[in-house]
Amino acid sequence: MKTTLLLIAIVLLVTLPLVIHRSGSGAERFGGADSQAQAEVNRLAPGYKPWFQPLWNPPSGEIATLLFSLQAALGAGVICYYLGYLHGRRRKD
Amino acid sequence: MHIMEGYLPAAHAAGWWAVSLPFMAAGVRSLRRIVAEHPSTRALLGTSCAFVFLLSALKLPSVTGSCSHPTGTGLGAILFGPPVMAVLGPIVLLFQAILLAHGGLTTLGANAFSMAIVGPWVAYALFRGLQRLGASFSVCVFTATSLGDLMTYVCTSAQLALAFPDAISGFAGAFAKFLVIFAVTQIPIALAEGLVTVILLNALKSYNQAELRGLNVLPKGGSTP
Repeated sequence: MKTTLLLIAIVLLVTLPLVIHRSGSGAERFGGADSQAQAEVNRLAPGYKPWFQPLWNPPSGEIATLLFSLQAALGAGVICYYLGYLHGRRRKD
Repeated sequence: MHIMEGYLPAAHAAGWWAVSLPFMAAGVRSLRRIVAEHPSTRALLGTSCAFVFLLSALKLPSVTGSCSHPTGTGLGAILFGPPVMAVLGPIVLLFQAILLAHGGLTTLGANAFSMAIVGPWVAYALFRGLQRLGASFSVCVFTATSLGDLMTYVCTSAQLALAFPDAISGFAGAFAKFLVIFAVTQIPIALAEGLVTVILLNALKSYNQAELRGLNVLPKGGSTP
């Protein structure tokens, strides 16, 4: 019961921003805060040149999505494996 | 909170590495001790690291109309104490810096400081403090992990403002600008992280009382409120 309420609260926290900003235009809607900060740095210090580049860039947005999904899947996989293990252990006792 | 590769001047990048490295070294020692003293908690350690992997991959929409991600570092800080997070957090930062060009190697010292040091210590201090005041387990976990998440982003804002002070208003002016970008955006996301951590820790608590008592997350002996 409590868990269900908490899950509903999480869904609301994540979906309300989408409702609030459902209208509006521009490709910048729901852009990353990290890149906004990067733009702010360029405004505060227009002459600043990054002095080091990433060694490797995902060649496309699709590949980046793949890698982020992989990261989440690895995390979720380990967590659920452990919870399943605990659940099975308790049932055996 | 990922400061992009090359986006801190070399002196700042090196400085944050110098600040973070001793915490990482202490983290390795703490990790060794935990594995030696509580070998059965290795799976729980893996789960704490996995939680950071999962949560920091999720870029969530916020009320400001931009996206940011939770950090997931509060869970491990509560379970094992904050030092170990200075090792587990940077593993994820390294993965993202090398494979995703998200964050960077030069800025990893600074990013580790905000996500794997400041956030976990804030979360741990709040958890212990509230526990001492007699707050319920869920309230302790929620407050600690939400504010730990938020403070990570406050820290990132300060790091960027130190490196790029405003021409007129100086550090304070730049800090305010970065806070709007990072900390305000983070508020609902931090709350969501707090709630997710409560769900997971309550599940762990119901399955695994003995282990959590062994780690002093729950008081030894007696019943839990």
